[in-house]
Amino acid sequence: MTATQTRAEPRTAASAPTPRAASAGRSPEASRGVGRPNFLAGLGGWVWLAIIILPVYYVVITSLKKQSDYFSTNPLLPPTNPTFENYALVLENQFVRYLINSAVVTVGSVIPILLVSFMASYALVRGKGRFINGANTLFLLGLAIPIQATIVPIYFMISKAGLYDSLLALILPSIAFAIPLSVIILNTFMRNVPTELFESMRLDGCSHWQMLWRLALPLTKPALMTVGIYQGLQVWNGFLFPLVLTQSPDNRVLPLSLWAFQGEFTINIPAILASVILSTLPLLALYLVGRRQLLSGLTAGFGK
Amino acid sequence: MTLITSKRHRGAHDAGPSGWFVAPALVFFVIFAVVPLVGVIALSLANWNGIGAITWAGFANWAKVLVDPVTGNALVVTAKIMVFSYIVQAPISILLGAFVAGKQRYRALLAVFYFIPLLLSSAAVAIAFKALLDPNFGLGAGLGIPALAQDWLGNPDLVLFVVIFVIAWQFVPFHTLIYQGAVRQIPASMYEAARLDGAGTIAQFFHITLPQLKYTIITSSTLMVVGSLTYFDLIFILTAGGPGYSTRLLPLHMYLTGFRSNDMGAAAALGVILVVIGLLLALMLQRLGGKDRSANQTEGA
Repeated sequence: MTATQTRAEPRTAASAPTPRAASAGRSPEASRGVGRPNFLAGLGGWVWLAIIILPVYYVVITSLKKQSDYFSTNPLLPPTNPTFENYALVLENQFVRYLINSAVVTVGSVIPILLVSFMASYALVRGKGRFINGANTLFLLGLAIPIQATIVPIYFMISKAGLYDSLLALILPSIAFAIPLSVIILNTFMRNVPTELFESMRLDGCSHWQMLWRLALPLTKPALMTVGIYQGLQVWNGFLFPLVLTQSPDNRVLPLSLWAFQGEFTINIPAILASVILSTLPLLALYLVGRRQLLSGLTAGFGK
Repeated sequence: MTLITSKRHRGAHDAGPSGWFVAPALVFFVIFAVVPLVGVIALSLANWNGIGAITWAGFANWAKVLVDPVTGNALVVTAKIMVFSYIVQAPISILLGAFVAGKQRYRALLAVFYFIPLLLSSAAVAIAFKALLDPNFGLGAGLGIPALAQDWLGNPDLVLFVVIFVIAWQFVPFHTLIYQGAVRQIPASMYEAARLDGAGTIAQFFHITLPQLKYTIITSSTLMVVGSLTYFDLIFILTAGGPGYSTRLLPLHMYLTGFRSNDMGAAAALGVILVVIGLLLALMLQRLGGKDRSANQTEGA
């Protein structure tokens, strides 16, 4: 057996993955990596764990320290007498209000994003004509535009529209900038819905509106999850729009509140870090409950 | 026309859904993305302090922005961050992706922690690292290692590397997740065949995993490179562009020019530069990726 033959073998397997190969992937002894243990990879894995976990650990233990202890104890040792007074201080400072604002902006953005992108994707994949092609090209171009670049005119438009310093000012541009990527992820899934299904529904006399909800919706659900989770995270964690488009504490969202706490509490680092933890808790709770769905949903549309 | 297009046509007219289905998305996108895009060009030709009247400036903003050494510096900083953060992130993400794609229990457990940074906002990450990197009350003091107790964010020679490290900390998890999914789609039979031929783990990685990830690498690279134009919030909170101008990358330079120095015209001109760079990069990466990507999309499914 020559070297060229051995190398050619995997390539044919790649171009035509047979059903047999796919089912073999599920049997435990065939799964990759389980052979000899890979010590080098294991070592790298633990090192990366340390890199990821150290800042998290530091933030958690510091947030439980009294301010005086912060200055006097070893920064990497947990507090001997943990306290929740930093958390109380953050909660007293309108934290719940910011949390609600963030929730309103996120839900208020994600639902319209899903709705308009889903409808658009249906027409872009199933429809034809110059108008639809033009829209497709426009969304593709939109992917390449950095949001930051247009912040000055957006600020101008929002102030002229009298929306400055309102939650709606955050929602409207957030929807617009989420549309290109959302539509493109949904398109890949929409294309995989067999044409025959649409045609048979059509013969039953269904309108496009009915096909959209009864056929396309259930079959593109994983993509909608991806889009919802990804864009939800983007909006929830967004900082630039709140920074530029809002001002009063009444309309402050969480990421901006962290920055504001940093200015207010100045050297009270434990309190600032408590605000970091509190702002992360809602997502962390979500992660603990639905980690699998969250992670697979996050990339189901990107892996394609 | 409809009769010609549908071959398996069985009597029903299907003109496809009407363009109205696209209308809501299009309206949002045109008003809040296309109009601002035109607006940023228009405003780059105007004088405006953000509140008062807008007056015609001609090319005065452009003349000012293009000769300003701070702009040149911002471009260099942006390019450095883009290149270095890519060099750091891409290999780590691929290796970690392949690592957590393995079925071992301990890897699944580690992966639970690896993905935590996905949940954090840039603001949270920046504030956490600011505290952790404090020379007196942070990591260096905690471990008692003087070399780690540097003024990381105040030293212009070090700060860029710190910023790149924090960027990697925040964004590697997302790309790891993408690679994990892609590696799991590689047929196990390919690895079996390689093992039978006596290929070791490293040979398998270079001869099977890496070539099979080609299209994922292009997707992930595009997101990384174009994404590096958006590392605004992280750096704004971490260093505010300092010390001096050493981490003032283009988006941050634009924000500070417009909203701190109240020179919206100049900021708009910088915004135009940002758009042009974004479009050029996307175009370049598209070329690099080739036109076969749509073929791959069905193959991978």
